[in-house]
Amino acid sequence: MGSQPGPANGQMRFFNPGEAAFVRAAVARLIPSDELPGAIEAGVDQFIDIQLGGAWGAGERLFRGGPWHPGSPSQGYQLPFTPAELFRNALRAIASDVELKGKGPFEHWHAKDQDAYLTELQKGTRDLGGVPSNVFFESLWGLTVEGFLCDPVYGGNRGMVSWKMIGFPGAYANYYHLIDQHGIAFTRAPMSLADNGRGEVMLHPDIPAQPMAKGQ
Amino acid sequence: MATTLPATDVVLVGVGLVGTMMGRELTRAGLKVVGLERGQPQFTVPDFQGPRMHDELRYSIRKALMQDNTREPITFRNRSSETALPIRRWESFLPGTGLGGAAVHWNGQTYRFQESDFRMRTLTEQRYGKKFMDADLQVQDWGVTAAEMEKHYDRFEYLLGVSGKAGNIGGRKVAGGNPFEDPRAREYPTPPMKEPYGSAMFRKAAASLGYHPFPQPSANLSQNYRNPEGMELRTCMFCGFCERYGCEHYAKASPQTVLLPVLMNDQRFTLRTGAQVLRINLSPDKKHATGVTYVDAAGSEFVQPASLVILGSFALNNVRMLLLSGIGTPYDPQSGKGTVGRNYAYQTTSAVQIFYNEKININPFMRSGASGTVIADFVSDNFDHGPHKFVGGAYVGEVMSHGRPIEFHPTPPGTPAWGAGWKHAVARYYNHAIALNIHGSSMAARQNYLDLDPTYKDAWGQPVLRMTFDFPDNDIRMSKYLTERTMAIARAMGGEQVVPGARQRPYTVTQYQTTHTTGGTVMGSDPSNSVVNPFLQSWNVPNLFVIGASNFPQNASYNPTDTVGALAYRASEAIVERYLKNAGPLVAT
Repeated sequence: MGSQPGPANGQMRFFNPGEAAFVRAAVARLIPSDELPGAIEAGVDQFIDIQLGGAWGAGERLFRGGPWHPGSPSQGYQLPFTPAELFRNALRAIASDVELKGKGPFEHWHAKDQDAYLTELQKGTRDLGGVPSNVFFESLWGLTVEGFLCDPVYGGNRGMVSWKMIGFPGAYANYYHLIDQHGIAFTRAPMSLADNGRGEVMLHPDIPAQPMAKGQ
Repeated sequence: MATTLPATDVVLVGVGLVGTMMGRELTRAGLKVVGLERGQPQFTVPDFQGPRMHDELRYSIRKALMQDNTREPITFRNRSSETALPIRRWESFLPGTGLGGAAVHWNGQTYRFQESDFRMRTLTEQRYGKKFMDADLQVQDWGVTAAEMEKHYDRFEYLLGVSGKAGNIGGRKVAGGNPFEDPRAREYPTPPMKEPYGSAMFRKAAASLGYHPFPQPSANLSQNYRNPEGMELRTCMFCGFCERYGCEHYAKASPQTVLLPVLMNDQRFTLRTGAQVLRINLSPDKKHATGVTYVDAAGSEFVQPASLVILGSFALNNVRMLLLSGIGTPYDPQSGKGTVGRNYAYQTTSAVQIFYNEKININPFMRSGASGTVIADFVSDNFDHGPHKFVGGAYVGEVMSHGRPIEFHPTPPGTPAWGAGWKHAVARYYNHAIALNIHGSSMAARQNYLDLDPTYKDAWGQPVLRMTFDFPDNDIRMSKYLTERTMAIARAMGGEQVVPGARQRPYTVTQYQTTHTTGGTVMGSDPSNSVVNPFLQSWNVPNLFVIGASNFPQNASYNPTDTVGALAYRASEAIVERYLKNAGPLVAT
């Protein structure tokens, strides 16, 4: 797909409008915006949408063979769901749950109530369409951190806001002459691996972790 | 129906570090060699070039260079009473794949093991008595000595161009190097790398406490270097994208940068990538390997007859290949009988974090995979274990290798797990924190082993490897003691807050620790407790050599690659000088 621009801001290709609204409101609480940029400025919701709608969402690098057992925590993730399935099922269950509460859509709740609900998901194991709520929360949080801190080529970390915030220079490749200047303040603007040389970052709709095996 | 190919002198199973080295030595001896690599061909140009290579999400998080776990998973459990389940995503360790193998995405930390590692059982019993070790430990001698290994370490380090400072040349102590190392013949090929800020702080603190800091030996080079094979390496740029990545700069020693192009130019060598070896074929009496069966990337099956088989795949896959081929007796933890899969060990790592005020810029993103400063005062038997009631040890150092932010965004205890508090802590501490690494040994124990899983199959319909592992009590005690000692160094490093993190049970596959999986085809002088003899030749099948970290009877404090390379050179010397003249067992049984 080369360096074609990705979807325009706000245009979702995996989430339906209700799901998109919940995820946007949730990530806005997970990494809120204040005097420092948050998940919304970074485009985290769009990053998650792109990931779930692409190879990663379809289960790339996830072994999917059965049989299935819950296992112990040290054995890691053992559900049959791809990330896309996991989100779809959990978000459907969350939508019903929110509706039952009768307080209107989640995105309109007070921040304090939103935080309480997210904490409940994080600390509980309530069944969300086959997905324990803590497993859903961990998946959402994992993707949120990735979308906040990744290279902007993936549609998150828009404008490299998080890299500017922490001082990470990005894809820059040479510190040979600086490494022994101990404690130096590195002030060069960060660089994306998809920087086009004019200060613009070209979005890549999907970069699979690994191309198909070519053989000889 | 398999197609039988023309016979060759040698077939290599895996063309990573070991395969490339053995291919070079055996073609040099005049043999025709076929290299079978399951993954793809990959080279510095065009495959490892920036800025595309500097993609944390793709390479670190999605594990682009690693074994395809959707086709070849491993199952895991902590103890044999549990049901092993597939590791559905790689996290704890990362088996590589593709041409060059794990030596493409390694960090370049290049240490020699010590005499007290190679003769651990004998020397421990001599110094501390026969009852000192816990009853569950199956520590044993390697069947080699540090003196025998020296010339092979030397040759391998000069192949890589390792940057370091000798501490002991021919028995004479040299200031600035590791005073605990066994004698080496000469200085490192290139001088130490530049010392990063945090490493310098560690060096001063460690020295002030009476320890002996030295620069970590690195296969990311401090200067341009031409190796004895005529390959040119370049100076490392400290780009901070090393482990889990290929090197764009020709600065990290890997098969591609130190040897593979030489081998590829040899008419006697044939490389086949996308070749998944299913099994080593045996004669009816199971005492002779006739070659291997493999499936190519398009799904066609082939038999490659060969006079000599070199199994040099990733350590875990070496073990699985013997089990799949019915070579040797699988280990049974109940009876203690059998050797294949026995003595699986790992690395007992822990960390201490130091948080600084905002005036101290650590610049964690300016790093090489193997830059840094360490001490060996607590390695192996370099200190008196008598009062501590454990064996083994760790090197301790400031060896941070990157500041890639998805993986690295340290926050002090008490920081909220998410929300505004988390974000502000990440912003506050990203450039003002250091982690000290405690890289500890891992003792083989009776209850830890590898075998074939009874349930799960790979994409070719063959049983996957099953890992049964938890940290033995001995290693938990070691980790606690070493982490406490490291806390004292950390407190002397001028931070605001010091946070310990000793290793706890249970071992979990959900957290990256190291890729140093060892054992399962261990070397030794006694066929009742080893799979290969001290020249890495199968006790059962003399025309099969099994080479890799799977040969380690237990894992030492240091990183394994230098020892794997030295063992490969030692095996190649035995094959060329002795086996080719008289094909048969190199050690009588």
